[in-house]
Amino acid sequence: MTIDWPSFTPGAAMAGGAVVGLAAAMLVLVNGRIAGISGIVGGLLRPKQGDTAWRIAFVLGMLAAPVAWMLAAPLPAIRIQANWAELALAGLLVGIGTRLGSGCTSGHGVCGLSRLSPRSLAATVVFMVAGFATVFVLRHGFGA
Amino acid sequence: MRNRTAHDLLAFASGLVFGLGLLAAGMADPAKVLGFLDLAGAWDPSLAFVMAGAIAVGLVAFGIARRRTTTLLGDAMHLPTGRDVDRRLVVGSLVFGAGWGIAGICPGPALVVLGAGRTEAVVFVLAMVAGMWLFELRSARRAPAAAA
Repeated sequence: MTIDWPSFTPGAAMAGGAVVGLAAAMLVLVNGRIAGISGIVGGLLRPKQGDTAWRIAFVLGMLAAPVAWMLAAPLPAIRIQANWAELALAGLLVGIGTRLGSGCTSGHGVCGLSRLSPRSLAATVVFMVAGFATVFVLRHGFGA
Repeated sequence: MRNRTAHDLLAFASGLVFGLGLLAAGMADPAKVLGFLDLAGAWDPSLAFVMAGAIAVGLVAFGIARRRTTTLLGDAMHLPTGRDVDRRLVVGSLVFGAGWGIAGICPGPALVVLGAGRTEAVVFVLAMVAGMWLFELRSARRAPAAAA
């Protein structure tokens, strides 16, 4: 294993992560909700009385984040290497998988691990390993 | 639920702060996420530090939340109660991880990149919502699915 030192940004990663943790803290302490993005979006497809507006508000907040950022500074690079077919397949798998598995990087990875949930620990290990394996096959497997 | 407006404003603020945190952490850049997932290439461990920073704050917040029966606004806590590692959790996480590895995009960054106006994110998010909708169809055919 070789470390990509020029790309490695531990300080910004840790600080940005703490801000993500703060967002999750706000949502659970004031709204009593888990800041799991797949769960928040997925819940909109199963609307319940009084359970929709906060979900839409949260999603709008996330969509507004890059706009707010641009008021103060240029946006960081967003490098997307996947082509259209890969984006569509990836999105479909992420949509099915996160709902079937009841969570994603935020719901299981951040909130679940913070709650010391054994289910979330298992889910996080599984999706991380699946992510590692997928990238390995796509970048290094089959003579790639 | 009382204070509905306060809840909705707080949810907007939480989403905004969440998105700003992802941008600051470099996690709205799919190439950087793939740099973490590519263990066999030139590895960028940054994502692990994002998780560590988030969990350090989260441990305190959820530690407080666990000891409370109501939120700071006096409403019910909606925390997951499931403890079983079942087949559905494992299969779902496998499928999610495979999709994550293809493009380096998970649901949170997808929304941030969409907000940045990138057309690639339109394709990804539409496909993601379609996937979630397929799950809802399947759940509706079976017994009512348990949430979270």
